[in-house]
Amino acid sequence: MANTDPATLQSDTIARIEAADSLDALEAIRVDSLGKKGSVSLAMRSLGQLEGDARREAGQQLNAIKESITTALEARKSTLAEAALNEKLASETVDISLAPRPEAEGRIHPLSRTLEEVTAIFAEMGFTVAEGPDIESDYYNFTALNIPPEHPARQEHDTFYLTPDAEGRRKVLRTHTSPVQIRTMEKIKPPIRIIAPGRTYRSDHDATHSPMFHQCEGLVIGKDIHMGHLKGCLIDFCRAFFGVDDLPVRFRPSYFPFTEPSAEVDIGCSREGGGLKIGAGDDWLEILGSGMVNPRVLQHCGIDPDEYQGFAFGMGLERIAMLKYGIPDLRPFYDSDLRWMRHYGFVPFDPPSIHLGLGA
Amino acid sequence: MKFTWNWLKDHLDTEAGMAEILDALPMLGLEVESIEDKGKELAAFTIARIVEANPHPNADSLRVCRVDTGDGEIEVVCGAPNARAGLVGVFAPVGSYVPGIDLTLTEAEIRGVTSRGMMCSEREMMLSDEHDGIIELDADAPVGQAFAPWAGLDDPMIEIAITPNRADCLGVRGIARDLAAAGFGTLKPLEAASITTRVASRVKWAIDLPAGQDHLVPRVSGRSFIGVNNASSPAWMQQRLTAVGQRPISALVDITNYIMIDLGRPLHAYDIDRIKGDTLTIRLAHNGEQMEALNEKTYTLDDTMLVIGDADGADDLAGIMGGQRSGITDDTTAMFLEMAVFDPISVATTGRKLNIHSDARYRFERGLDVTSPDWAMDYVSAMVMDICGGEASEIECAGPGADWERSIAFRPARVAELSGVEVDPGKQDDILTTLGFTITRDDADHWQVSPPPWRGDIDGAADLVEEVIRINGFDAIPELALPRLSVVGHPAVDASQKRPHSLRRLLAGRGMMEAVTFSFLDRKTAERFGGGAEAMQLVNPISTDLDTMRPTILPNLLSAISRNAARGEADAAMFEVGPVFPGDGPDDQRTVAAGVRHGTNAPRNWHGEPRGVDWADAKADALAVLAGLGVNTDSLQSMPEAPGWYHPGQSGALCQGRKVLAHFGALHPSVLDAFDLRGPAAAFEVVLDDVNLPKAKGPARPLVQLSAFQPVSRDFAFVLDAVVTAEQLLRAIRGAGKPLVSDASVFDVYAGKGIGDGRKSVAVSVTLQPVKATLRDEEIEAVSTAIIEAVAKHCGGELRG
Repeated sequence: MANTDPATLQSDTIARIEAADSLDALEAIRVDSLGKKGSVSLAMRSLGQLEGDARREAGQQLNAIKESITTALEARKSTLAEAALNEKLASETVDISLAPRPEAEGRIHPLSRTLEEVTAIFAEMGFTVAEGPDIESDYYNFTALNIPPEHPARQEHDTFYLTPDAEGRRKVLRTHTSPVQIRTMEKIKPPIRIIAPGRTYRSDHDATHSPMFHQCEGLVIGKDIHMGHLKGCLIDFCRAFFGVDDLPVRFRPSYFPFTEPSAEVDIGCSREGGGLKIGAGDDWLEILGSGMVNPRVLQHCGIDPDEYQGFAFGMGLERIAMLKYGIPDLRPFYDSDLRWMRHYGFVPFDPPSIHLGLGA
Repeated sequence: MKFTWNWLKDHLDTEAGMAEILDALPMLGLEVESIEDKGKELAAFTIARIVEANPHPNADSLRVCRVDTGDGEIEVVCGAPNARAGLVGVFAPVGSYVPGIDLTLTEAEIRGVTSRGMMCSEREMMLSDEHDGIIELDADAPVGQAFAPWAGLDDPMIEIAITPNRADCLGVRGIARDLAAAGFGTLKPLEAASITTRVASRVKWAIDLPAGQDHLVPRVSGRSFIGVNNASSPAWMQQRLTAVGQRPISALVDITNYIMIDLGRPLHAYDIDRIKGDTLTIRLAHNGEQMEALNEKTYTLDDTMLVIGDADGADDLAGIMGGQRSGITDDTTAMFLEMAVFDPISVATTGRKLNIHSDARYRFERGLDVTSPDWAMDYVSAMVMDICGGEASEIECAGPGADWERSIAFRPARVAELSGVEVDPGKQDDILTTLGFTITRDDADHWQVSPPPWRGDIDGAADLVEEVIRINGFDAIPELALPRLSVVGHPAVDASQKRPHSLRRLLAGRGMMEAVTFSFLDRKTAERFGGGAEAMQLVNPISTDLDTMRPTILPNLLSAISRNAARGEADAAMFEVGPVFPGDGPDDQRTVAAGVRHGTNAPRNWHGEPRGVDWADAKADALAVLAGLGVNTDSLQSMPEAPGWYHPGQSGALCQGRKVLAHFGALHPSVLDAFDLRGPAAAFEVVLDDVNLPKAKGPARPLVQLSAFQPVSRDFAFVLDAVVTAEQLLRAIRGAGKPLVSDASVFDVYAGKGIGDGRKSVAVSVTLQPVKATLRDEEIEAVSTAIIEAVAKHCGGELRG
């Protein structure tokens, strides 16, 4: 080999490298040429037999050859490695139509969602949230609200009573969240702007009544709050909640013992084509009760009715949720049927807000 | 409250059409609930005569009738047993809609015979439930004429909802008065010529009440009618009563019912010949006194109940229901008519005690026109004598008269102050006057307003404002936005009110479904879950399943999961954030976040076998909730203590010092059995009120410390007594390795062969985080030694060989 012409050595070796079809073959060529006993190494060793310029020249030539072989080896090696990797990857092919690992998806109940929407809207109008107990005294649920014991309105409340204590006092499950209004007025001085959401109870159970349901009431007390504000506030609420800017809102005279004057609030709807659509139409849906706080109620709470006045309102959260989200039946709200929850529930990462939208 | 259009027009002189009135009523606060217009509904139905009725060739039960419709003869197949030649009935032609069978008629071939219409039963026309045969009219009914007008059915019925304050609108006249005030015509005067008679009443009143109870009977009047003929009431009266759902009985009874609806004024009629003695005494009942009422039920009374009785005892529950013994019969010829005002509270209390609901009670307890005993008797008497004949006696009165006159100080300016709408004082005057109020003026701005005797609901100036703006129209009230309190809004909730909202998102984000379940459950389950005290039981639950306030949320979630499992969905993860009721005081209620996982952690899938849920899932949920509440969970201790509904060996409490913040664990197998669940199931409960709000430190965070040096990880395996907890071991390690140890966690626990009975091997990975310089071997060695010594000292553990 030592006698081989260096140029031939170079071209032969490079040809062999390019023909090599495996990393093993390539390694054999490397050993054969650049290894301790390889052809290039032997040629290098034989340089010692030369003198002066000839030795330098031959040395330079051999170095160049060594370099070109090294480069060729590297290039071929990476080509082969890539091919080998491609082959390996091809062998790892999976059926990507298969499902990923299952992940449980939770949902927020439509009632919680609705309450958050209502709260967001009233927050925008300067209201804060007030709360009170579900188990109430007769005083807070009725008497303080101008509903004395034999008032016919009491019979219409279908009240649940708890077992009386030794003195015969019986607590009630609050039939509305109005007691929270009383508790608030007893606690803080006007001006007042609160909403009181919560569970309420009436002993009524059929397709459209549940023994437990949710209300959100509101109370605004100030020196010059009048029924025009009641109207404006509730119209603003209804339009924001249902996301209908020109939603017709109608106020009808009504009666609640704790307000005077009192008004029922209807929103416009149409039933054309069988489906219910909230908005301008030929029909009305009752959704709110409201009125100017009865002076007697203010007196009960130690607020001077000659100085302060204001309005109160109340709505059923189930009802407005059903209307907004097209939920047909009341009872499944409390049934916890997973299919219902998946269908009517809300994803947790998109809470309602004024700036990102209320989901209307 | 039901009435008919023509009945209303008896009291209201108006040009307005029905549609206009129907639109106006709700805007006066008289909500229209339904309208029934038989004239319109049965417009196509005519009177027809069966000329010939022959057996159907192919069906024994059917007949083929030739029917004279007045417009030619038509063949109709009829299945009614009374279909026969000569019968005059009601014919529905092809193309008409028959409401009782919800069908529009077409020409139909019935067993091979073509039928061109239908002879109808009362039920098919929705006139009654009568369906034994087709309707039979008088033989001389005019064949060919429209049926509904002939039968007096063309007077539309209107039903309105009356709010509890508007007792005056429980009579047609009150409704007419409201409409008149609103500009829809005028209220016709009530014509009642006074009857001049010298005949004394055969029955006298006596009021016998304990001292101080006079208010129970402010006023009562009565009159005897002798020689009356109690036959059927006239057709017009029967038609109106039928239209509003009252069954005609006899003329005298019908008149009392008619007046009740006409004037909102209940009456009671006695048969004088069945009254024992000549005096009716209004008194309180004797304890244990019994009386059979007109509903044929016998009631046992007590001495709080107002009754009217004769020498034989009570026979009228004042204002609620009359008695059988002295009531009117078809044979009555002498009647005594009672027209009373009783205390509404007394009527309501007695009615509720005896559980009697009657039209009379409904009106009495809402309040009548307290002067009616003095003015309505002649109006009624005229009707009685007109229909039944007979002779009327003098009016017999008792009672001091109701104290109803009051005057309310009123400023016309108050209307704008309270309602925001300006109504001209002149118009206010008109409105109030038309509604029956009387006004006197101190000066132009200060009025004294007296409500009429039928408006017991009017209490103060606010009520007068309501009357004015109600009649003036709520549409006239302006719409004003609430004044803004600040340019940029503030949160509506405080830090603790925000928590339930955040936790709902947190738990739903962990894959759980939010449930909202009832606040009550059955007592036995409540007891099983630490509740059920007597004070927490409902007196009047809707069912025994829901008779006790819930002491915890878990049983309701378990029921829900059980229902889903029964539907074939056993794997469930559900939570609820809501109230629980340890006691009935106003501060006893607690807000709890609770969750249950049941079954496996995932559906079957090709990635691997799902595993059953266990206590550690629940612990993770509880820790996540506490972290969400701002608790530093590193500082919590796990104590093996949990309520009895958990698995005693796989449950615990997360505590801050001695304070329990959460319970978690696998559920007790007996609980799973009780809810018919196959399990496994794990649950957690966090009482939000027991978790303090994090101390407010302002929005700025402490500065972050990021070390520039590589952390080093070392593994240790210790052999310990089985009772030593992981928490004790890790605490010893962290304590010994301070401040270098940044993390220590258990990655293996082994008990069994090679370790010894009652012993276990626990492998811990310890991370050392240098702060000042890269760790040298000696330093690592020193920490390791300190750790090993501390574990030996505090936990009795030794390095595993």
